[in-house]
Amino acid sequence: MAEVLVYVDHVDGAVRKPTLELLTLARRIGEPVAVHLGAGVDTAAPVLAEHGAVKVLAADAPEFADYLVAPKVDALQAAYDAVSPVAVLVASSAEGKEIAARLAVRIGSGIITDAIDLEAGDEGPIATQSVFAAAFTTKSRVTKGAPVITVKPNAAAVEAAPAAGAVEQLAVTVADSSKGTKIVSRTPRESSGRPELTEAAIVVSGGRGVNGAENFPIIEGLADSLGAAVGASRAAVDAGWYPHTNQVGQTGKSVSPQLYIAAGISGAIQHRAGMQTSKTIVAINKDAEAPIFDLVDYGVVGDLFQVVPQLTEEVTSRKG
Amino acid sequence: MSLRIVVCVKYVPDATGDRHFAEDLTTDRDAVDGLLSELDEYAVEQALQIADGVDDAEITVLTVGPEDAKDALRKALSMGADKAVHVEDDDLHGTDALGTSLVLTKAIEKIGYDLVVCGMASTDGTMGILPAILAERLGVPQVTLLSEVGVADGKVTGRRDGDTASEQLEAALPAVVSVTDQSGEARYPSFKGIMAAKKKPVESWDLEDLDLEAGEVGLAGAWTAVQDATERPARTAGTVVKDEGEGGKQLAEFLAGQKFI
Repeated sequence: MAEVLVYVDHVDGAVRKPTLELLTLARRIGEPVAVHLGAGVDTAAPVLAEHGAVKVLAADAPEFADYLVAPKVDALQAAYDAVSPVAVLVASSAEGKEIAARLAVRIGSGIITDAIDLEAGDEGPIATQSVFAAAFTTKSRVTKGAPVITVKPNAAAVEAAPAAGAVEQLAVTVADSSKGTKIVSRTPRESSGRPELTEAAIVVSGGRGVNGAENFPIIEGLADSLGAAVGASRAAVDAGWYPHTNQVGQTGKSVSPQLYIAAGISGAIQHRAGMQTSKTIVAINKDAEAPIFDLVDYGVVGDLFQVVPQLTEEVTSRKG
Repeated sequence: MSLRIVVCVKYVPDATGDRHFAEDLTTDRDAVDGLLSELDEYAVEQALQIADGVDDAEITVLTVGPEDAKDALRKALSMGADKAVHVEDDDLHGTDALGTSLVLTKAIEKIGYDLVVCGMASTDGTMGILPAILAERLGVPQVTLLSEVGVADGKVTGRRDGDTASEQLEAALPAVVSVTDQSGEARYPSFKGIMAAKKKPVESWDLEDLDLEAGEVGLAGAWTAVQDATERPARTAGTVVKDEGEGGKQLAEFLAGQKFI
C-alpha cells in the first residue's frame, strides 16, 4: 500500500496532538510513516505506533536545535527520498508550514496549507480549506508531484489504530548551506498549565472590554472553571494586556473549538477570521450592536464584570 | 556600509470588503477595492528603520500583480522607500504561491540585494510560506517571523517568538527576513512623503524581462488547483438576552443544556 509521510511535531518525544490527528488523516490515503527529528524517539515511537504509524524514521543531530528550519528540511527530504511517499503531511504550525514549503520547492511538488479536512480522491488527496476569514470553504488538490499538505489542529479525531511502528534510523547529512541561520539562544515559554489554544475544546477570550491587564484574571477564572484555554483579541494584545501567543485572529491563532466564549470583543473581521468556525459561539458584550452577536448561538448584552464572574461561580457550583 | 534592501509587498482585496472567487476560482480582484496588505506595511517600516541605521541604503519595493497593484507600490514609496518594481503580465493571472515565488526570485536577483524583507503573510491567501520559499530559492539564510530585527556588521539579528520558546537568531547577509505585526507600528505617509512618491521611479517588468515562460506561471502553470469554492452559510441567529442581573446564570443554563458543564 502507498506510504504517506507524517512529520512529527513533538517536544522531546512528547508527541503533540495535531500529529496524532495527521495520522488519522494519513490512514485515509495510505500507510503512515512517521518522521521524528531530534531527541525522544523512544518515548514517541510507541505513541505513533498506537495511532497507526507503520514505521518511524528517526534522526537526531545537534543541527536541528542549533539552526533554524533548513536542517529539518534536509532530514525530511532524506525521508522523502527513502520512502517515495504519495503525500507528505505536516502540522500547520509556523515552523511546520516553513518546513513543508521548502520541501515542496526541493521535490518539485505543489503545496496546500492550513487544510481543515483531507480525503482520498481519484487524482490524489483532496484538501478542504477555510478561506477569506472563513467566509468560503474550498476543496483543492495538488496537481504536480507528491502533494505536500499542512493541516490545522482539530481537523480530525485522534484514533487508536495499532500498527508496527518499528523505529528505523534515517541517515541525514545537513548541508552547509542549511546552517545559515544560527539560533543563538532560546528562552522557553513558561507554561500556563492551561490547554494549548489551538487544540483546546473550549476557548475563553477577552478583548478591549476587559479594559486592562489587571482584569484578565476574570477571563482566566472562567477559563479555569471550564478547563479552557485563554485567548485575546488583537486590541487586547496590542494594548499589552495579554501575550501575543494568545491572540486569536488573522495575525494570531485561528481556533475551531467546540465552544468559544468571547467577552468584551466586538467581533471585527480580524477576530472573526480566527474563530468563526467554532462549533458553538457565546458572547458577552455591553454593546448590543456589536457584530459578534451576528455569530452567536447565545449572547448576553451586559457588563462582563458582572456576567463573567456570575457565570464562573455558576459553572464551579454546578461542577461542584 | 551600503545596503540594498528589497521589500516584497502584495496588493490584496480589502479584508473588510465582501471577498469572493471569480468564475475560474481565482481570487476576485475586481469586486472589492484593493490596497497594500496591512502586514506588508510592517515590512516597509522595518526596512525604513534598518536603512536609517546605515550610511548608504537603498530600498526597492517589489510587487507582482495586476495594473492596480501600483497603488501598493505608491503607498510604500510614500512611506519612504526609494524606488519600485512592478512585475505585471497578463500571463500571471492565477499564479499560485510557488509560481509567485519564482517570479519574485527572478526579480530580486535582477534588482540586486543584500537583504530581502517580507511581511509575515498576506491578508488574502494567508499562507505565510513565501519568505521561507524565497530563502530556499535564493539559497540564502531564512530569518523569519521576527518581532524584532536589526542589521549591523554584515549580519541580521532578530527575535522569533514561537509557541514554545522565544529564539534569538543571527545570519550573515545576504538574507531573507520576515517581520510580524509585533515588530512595531508602521508609519503613516506624510504629505511630503506622498508628494515625493509621485516623482520616485516605478519600473514595470514583464515575464520576458525575467526570462520566464508563460507556462511556468499563471493558472495553467499552478501546481495546485481549486476544484470547488462554497460560501459558508451564515450562522443562524442565536438567542441574545439583555443582562437584568441573571445574565451569567442564564448563560450557565445554556451551556449546561449544550452539555458543556
